[in-house]
Amino acid sequence: MAVTPLLETRGLTKSFAGVCVLDHVDFTLRAGEIHALLGENGAGKSTLIKLVTGVVSRDAGTVLLDGAAVDLRSADAALSAGVATVYQEVNMLPNLSVAQNLFLGRQPTRFGFVRESEMRRRATVLLNEFGLDIDVAAPLGDYSVAVQQITAIARAVDMSARVLILDEPTASLDKHEVEILFAAMRQLAGRGIGIVFVTHFLDQVYAISDRITVLRNGRLVGERETAKLPRMELVHMMLGRELSEVTVARSHHVAGMAHPPYAVFRQFGKAGTIAPFDLELRSGEVVGLAGLLGSGRTETARLVFGADRADVGTATVDGRAARLHSPRDAVQLGFGYCPEERKTDGIVAELTVRENIVLALQARRGLLKPLSRREQDEIATRFIKLLDIRPADPERPIGLLSGGNQQKALLARWLAISPRLLILDEPTRGIDVGAHAEIIRLIRQLCADGLALLVISSELEEIVTYADQVIVLRERAHVTALTSDAINVTSILAAIAADLPRAA
Amino acid sequence: MALRLPRSGVPQVLAFLAILAINWTVSPQFFDIRLQDGRLFGSLIDVFNRGAPVALLSLGMVLVIATRGIDLSVGAVMAISGAIAASLADTHPLPVVLAAALGAGLLCGLWNGLLVAVLGIQPIVATLILMVAGRGIAQLITEGRIVTFTAPELVWFGGGSVLGIPAPVAITLGMLLVTLILVRGTALGLMIEATGGNARASALAGVGTTAMTMAVYVWCSLCAALAGIIAAADILGADANNAGLWLELDAILAVVIGGTSLFGGRFSLVYAVLGALIIQAMNTGILLSGFRPEFNLVVKAVVVLVVLLMQSPRLSGLGLLLSRVSK
Amino acid sequence: MNRLFPVLVTTAVFLIGFVVCSLQFPNFASTRVVADLLTDNAFLGIVATGMTFVIISGGIDLSVGAVIGFTTVFLALAIQQLGISPWLAFAAILIVCAAFGAAMGAVIQYFDLPPFIVTLAGMFLARGASFLMSTESIPINAPLYSELPDYAIKLPGDGQLTVIAMIMLAVFAFGIVLLHFTRFGANVYALGGSRVTAALMGVRIGRVTILIYTLSSVLAGLSGIVFSFYTSAGYSLSAVGVELDTIAAVVIGGTLLAGGYGFVFGTFVGVLIQGLIQSYINFDGTLSSWWTKIATGILLFAFIVLQQAMVGFARRRSRRAVGVTLS
Repeated sequence: MAVTPLLETRGLTKSFAGVCVLDHVDFTLRAGEIHALLGENGAGKSTLIKLVTGVVSRDAGTVLLDGAAVDLRSADAALSAGVATVYQEVNMLPNLSVAQNLFLGRQPTRFGFVRESEMRRRATVLLNEFGLDIDVAAPLGDYSVAVQQITAIARAVDMSARVLILDEPTASLDKHEVEILFAAMRQLAGRGIGIVFVTHFLDQVYAISDRITVLRNGRLVGERETAKLPRMELVHMMLGRELSEVTVARSHHVAGMAHPPYAVFRQFGKAGTIAPFDLELRSGEVVGLAGLLGSGRTETARLVFGADRADVGTATVDGRAARLHSPRDAVQLGFGYCPEERKTDGIVAELTVRENIVLALQARRGLLKPLSRREQDEIATRFIKLLDIRPADPERPIGLLSGGNQQKALLARWLAISPRLLILDEPTRGIDVGAHAEIIRLIRQLCADGLALLVISSELEEIVTYADQVIVLRERAHVTALTSDAINVTSILAAIAADLPRAA
Repeated sequence: MALRLPRSGVPQVLAFLAILAINWTVSPQFFDIRLQDGRLFGSLIDVFNRGAPVALLSLGMVLVIATRGIDLSVGAVMAISGAIAASLADTHPLPVVLAAALGAGLLCGLWNGLLVAVLGIQPIVATLILMVAGRGIAQLITEGRIVTFTAPELVWFGGGSVLGIPAPVAITLGMLLVTLILVRGTALGLMIEATGGNARASALAGVGTTAMTMAVYVWCSLCAALAGIIAAADILGADANNAGLWLELDAILAVVIGGTSLFGGRFSLVYAVLGALIIQAMNTGILLSGFRPEFNLVVKAVVVLVVLLMQSPRLSGLGLLLSRVSK
Repeated sequence: MNRLFPVLVTTAVFLIGFVVCSLQFPNFASTRVVADLLTDNAFLGIVATGMTFVIISGGIDLSVGAVIGFTTVFLALAIQQLGISPWLAFAAILIVCAAFGAAMGAVIQYFDLPPFIVTLAGMFLARGASFLMSTESIPINAPLYSELPDYAIKLPGDGQLTVIAMIMLAVFAFGIVLLHFTRFGANVYALGGSRVTAALMGVRIGRVTILIYTLSSVLAGLSGIVFSFYTSAGYSLSAVGVELDTIAAVVIGGTLLAGGYGFVFGTFVGVLIQGLIQSYINFDGTLSSWWTKIATGILLFAFIVLQQAMVGFARRRSRRAVGVTLS
């Protein structure tokens, strides 16, 4: 190529605690292009961004800016080199005025006093360039997220950023706001600024991006021109995977449908979170939830578990109308839920493995029926052995364990209550290959033991090996249910990619 | 958050013994104990006796702090319950007096718990309200006077004894046992530690975190009310201005010395009480050694800083770095 | 307008209160009452200005009352026993206070400790140090102390604007300029919004934190100088509990205790409201002093709930798109 790329990475590699999260990734951003960076959770998008901006140090590889190798050590250093990042959770100060946010630390002053009117004038001019005509004296928090995003972008550009990384900027925007943001992005690209656009909305990718790079499991899948990449192929790039030996065997037990459903949800939903859905969960069956990130999978799980309260619909468990107002209700009914965010929603880091394992069982028994220390030891030891949790020390704070072992301990927490229904949100994410296979084996085992399972996974090849039914979600609604022979990766991918709204 | 292994409490015990030893060197009669009128007397007994109110407060405070909270109102609650007990003592039977004083404590606890657990106000802000208004309420009850009483039943709480043990010590010991049974005999302790460690995860595991938070503030206020009764009985009157003044700070200090982190999670009731005794032993030691009692505050300030710095995540990180460099 | 709402409520409360007092007591609406209001609350106003900065930055300073006490004792000893000129003593104490505040700020910043516990240790330290210097009340007989009242400005009516009141007004003016018209002021708000974000946006949070606590302690020292003029004496127990009145004044003035929002002017009105309650009770004659505390507590509660409601409202509102045009 004749022109030197604006930003280039070669062979970027990073491991956390022995797990490789980014494996020799090459990425190229040209001046004036909008480059979509795609991949499911854990694909390595945010790690790549953090390595480029120097927030996290890399194990290997080089970052080139204008063809010259750079070694950025902090967000500050990245900014002075012209690389700015704007996150979904806007990193601005909602309590300060728009103008103060734009000029914090570099306000125009005279004799040490901030020239408020001059600052406002400049702010107004700056935002006008982005098609924004707002009162810059009002607190930033009074405005929509779109305005906050654009303000953050304007600040970065005004501080002479040439590479702009937008991390999920549209996640909480409505349609109109997305257009405002896109207009700003196109204008910046026109000025020769290179934009990295991270998102999980495929229609937006087709609406705005010139080029697409897809990551999966920390590896580069490929870089394509947007116009030459069909949607189906893109979805396949994101989710498809060569079958590994662990996940080949598929064993459906045919008698499944004979059971009466254990839990039935009718027109269950919550406004603004997930459209009302019907769901039947049977003992000895696995229902898989498939869909892209943000399609409403986790929202479904949280509603079923009572972590969010449904505002419409009914739940029936064991033939009786059930109250599901809180996780406590769900636990009483015999539901268990292993959330995707283990660290914030799952483990209590400073408590021991034993205490973490008995927590749900104890909560279900109530305060007045404490498990004796001997019972606790017995339960902890049993599950540590059963699930092969390492190190096999029940008195170790769980925060010191590896991700896979934390996940197993969380599974143990729920198995300890002898659950009837277990909800697993991305049970194999972020854990090493060995534990991965064990957890899949365990899912099959639990199913055979007569548990009802609701499993969310981005690993479609995995889902097809254990699910008796796969529900495909799109844009916060359940759109298709696949059963028996229809369950295969191709049909799931087709359902996910089908009917994507055409780009405007 | 820094991860800590379950503490052993050895530093606290050693510190307490060391302070006692120092006290003994400055005052050779320190360990002398004599029995008089069926009650034990002596400097050592004095440490326990005078440390009782703060020890009681720390019993409640440690639970509040374990849930990542703080209760600034305990001193004011002491003043309220003391005022009620003293005002009623000479005209009402003891059970009524106790019920009224402890009932007031219960209400204060419910108020704090409501603000923190239900309305979601930061604990330091929520309990500040009662800290400011509570002393006014206590003065309202005593009408600004120092209300004295003579009812022997109530006097017992300050000057009485059980098997020779001064009543405040016996009551504190009793409360320690009751709290231990309530917290460690049931699953409450685990639930509180889980709530303080990670409230989100605990709620998702089915723990009733709201009820847990409410309960610890109620218990804290109840302990404060009991401490208020003892303080009133000790001086045979209620001084709404000075009863329990600054004791909330001593109680927090006792908890911190007892090794419970201000960032919640793991807690130890016994070491919090030991922390209160360490504070009192220092006080007594300073008195015995002939230093001015005013020296106390300075010593406390230094102790707070040293203990905090030892707990500080930054400093332990620094220590780790240093040990690595030295290798 | 939304941001100004709490301050407007505060101002309305004060004006209504003043009108009510004037209707009830014939002599109330006079320059004398107003001037006395300013003079009597000058020390509170000065220290509350500093506290406003601290609270907006998301911190709290519990040491201010003790610093005031320390200052009065220091001045009395320096002027009376060492014979130093009052002006030199003033300069010296302000430097001492600045160093003290800077040290607290540094500990908060570099050891990552909660401000309330660090300033609590600071409170013990300052109060203890003043006890160590003297437990007696030491009268100050310097000519400056007897002459100062002569410099008051006569107002129409029989009110006089004293030097003390002028100092307070000057401090408020200084505070308004510093907070609202300088880069430092913007940084204070930035810290209260989010320390992490502020750091990401290039604010040197360590320097700002240290400066904020330095300012608070210096103003507490200035307040102590003013306080010594009221009594013409230095006493280690002066201004006990003033930190609570100060925090209450700031919160009643509409500043969010969680940080990020607030105005110096609101604090000024908050101080006046506290003074007004005091004046009402003095004029009434039958009401007792404890009603001040109870009324303050009620106002505190009302404003905290108001703020909580506003924060909740703002959160809900910010989800909606507001006034965006695509030009």
